[in-house]
Amino acid sequence: MLTIEGVSKVFGATRAVDNVSAAIPRGQFVGIIGRSGAGKSTLLRMINRLVEPTEGRISLDGRDVTRLDGRELREWRRSCAMIFQQFNLVGRLDVLNNVLMGRLAHTPAWRSFPRLWSHEDRAIALSALDQLDIAGLAAQRAEDLSGGQQQRVAICRALVQEPEIILADEPVASLDPRNAKIVMDALLRINKHFGLTVLCNLHSLDLARTYCDRLIGMAQGRVVFDDVPAALTQEVARQLYGMEAHEVLDADLGPGLMAPESATAAA
Amino acid sequence: MTTGRTEAHVIHTVPVLPDPQLAPLFAGYAGAIAAKRRQMILGVAVFLFAVALASLGAEVDADKFIAKIGNFTSYFSRLTHLDNSAYVWTDPVEWFWGLKRWLRLLGETLLIAYIGTFTGALFAFCACFLCSARLVKSATLRLVVRRVLEFCRTVPDLVFALIFVVAFGLGPLPGVMALAIHTAGALGKLFAEVVDNIDLKPVEGVAAAGGSWFAQVRFGVVPQVLANFTSYALLRFEINVRGASVLGFVGAGGIGEELILAVRRFFYSDVSAILVLIILCVMLIDMGTETLRHRLVRMEGGR
Repeated sequence: MLTIEGVSKVFGATRAVDNVSAAIPRGQFVGIIGRSGAGKSTLLRMINRLVEPTEGRISLDGRDVTRLDGRELREWRRSCAMIFQQFNLVGRLDVLNNVLMGRLAHTPAWRSFPRLWSHEDRAIALSALDQLDIAGLAAQRAEDLSGGQQQRVAICRALVQEPEIILADEPVASLDPRNAKIVMDALLRINKHFGLTVLCNLHSLDLARTYCDRLIGMAQGRVVFDDVPAALTQEVARQLYGMEAHEVLDADLGPGLMAPESATAAA
Repeated sequence: MTTGRTEAHVIHTVPVLPDPQLAPLFAGYAGAIAAKRRQMILGVAVFLFAVALASLGAEVDADKFIAKIGNFTSYFSRLTHLDNSAYVWTDPVEWFWGLKRWLRLLGETLLIAYIGTFTGALFAFCACFLCSARLVKSATLRLVVRRVLEFCRTVPDLVFALIFVVAFGLGPLPGVMALAIHTAGALGKLFAEVVDNIDLKPVEGVAAAGGSWFAQVRFGVVPQVLANFTSYALLRFEINVRGASVLGFVGAGGIGEELILAVRRFFYSDVSAILVLIILCVMLIDMGTETLRHRLVRMEGGR
């Protein structure tokens, strides 16, 4: 159980994340939705401590992780792997070495710095690449790959960390629909197959409703919705997305959820 | 799989493939990087060999260094004594007897460095875009500009100063010219490297909107490189202050004339006093340029 209790982040005068609480059981696929600037990224980044929370507590199975530092912090980061919108690979390194970055927390510096990775680590990395059908690219420079391929490399890097939680920050926002589906399917498979908890920031309500067990909606740093996807009404969506609601929703909420008011507006 | 949490709870998210399936993957990777690795090993070997050869050739001799280190410390101790054999810091007024004159000369040195750096940076700025294969198609033009810059930085500024002193007479002018030429060469090279590492997407954007080559450089390249350019130019200014302080050795103005005079005439305390002034001055400039550079990096944008 990942527990977030009253977590806030203040940047200067703005409260990017404002008193957010949530309890996320193991193995859940949680989508965090909301417009850009709603505090989704900051929330995810506070979980693995790339951003320090101003207030509040984050804990896993009762163990507080908000005060960890040094080796313990690195071990925590290993156990909650991050996937980024812009992939955040080391462009000049080859794919295999990028994946092996996920083994850094398992590897002493004298081995990793001169890249003397153990046979076992290489085998894990190659197996992960094979899992995502890109083992053939192992020797290529990461920056020479397409966006979809790079994101799959990033997923491999996350996998070889052998994490308990995957934090995905807009993982498909820079990808075309086909690659978006490949990446989301991979996350879903990891979630179902290994029982990993997945927290995924998404712009697209469509994807959120297709893949997630639970949606957390944020607006102005606060949680304004937390329920199963089916409970997401037109009204909540409008609260989340404001004026953009029409664009985000298309007409895909289904006839049952179409509010009469918006039907007249469209007419 | 998810029962009970231990300190190092590890879920094996990657089932390792059996060896028969792994073997071709390993072989494929090894094959693809073999050539790169051979080159790398060869490169390291050549480099180490060159280091060994260079230290032999330059007669880097550890024994001699140890045997003669005493001379060095004794010169150092003479530097710290006044004529009346008291330590220099016991009588600062006597030590810095020529302060007024030295400060004036130091000011002249600073001006030489400032104008030299500015002029050189201007030339470097104009030249650097012409060296980049990413911006200029003509290989001849690139080659010519690169060779000119190379010439400018290969000849030591002291040599240029010597030549210009002969041509234009004693004083700061030959110093400024010598520094400007050397700076143009050195900064031109650094600027060109910055230009080589830019992101070409904005350049494409400007080109696609119908911008001329100059417009592409002005709006696609310059905003990306300006902060780095300024940072390098400031660093160069600091180096040039040091450089300008020895240009006086050959009569090209500044504090150097006074320093070489003191060294030649064995005015030990004068030597140390002038050195202290130069060091203080360089330190102040270093601190100033450092703050300036940090400000610049923070100010990114709005160019």
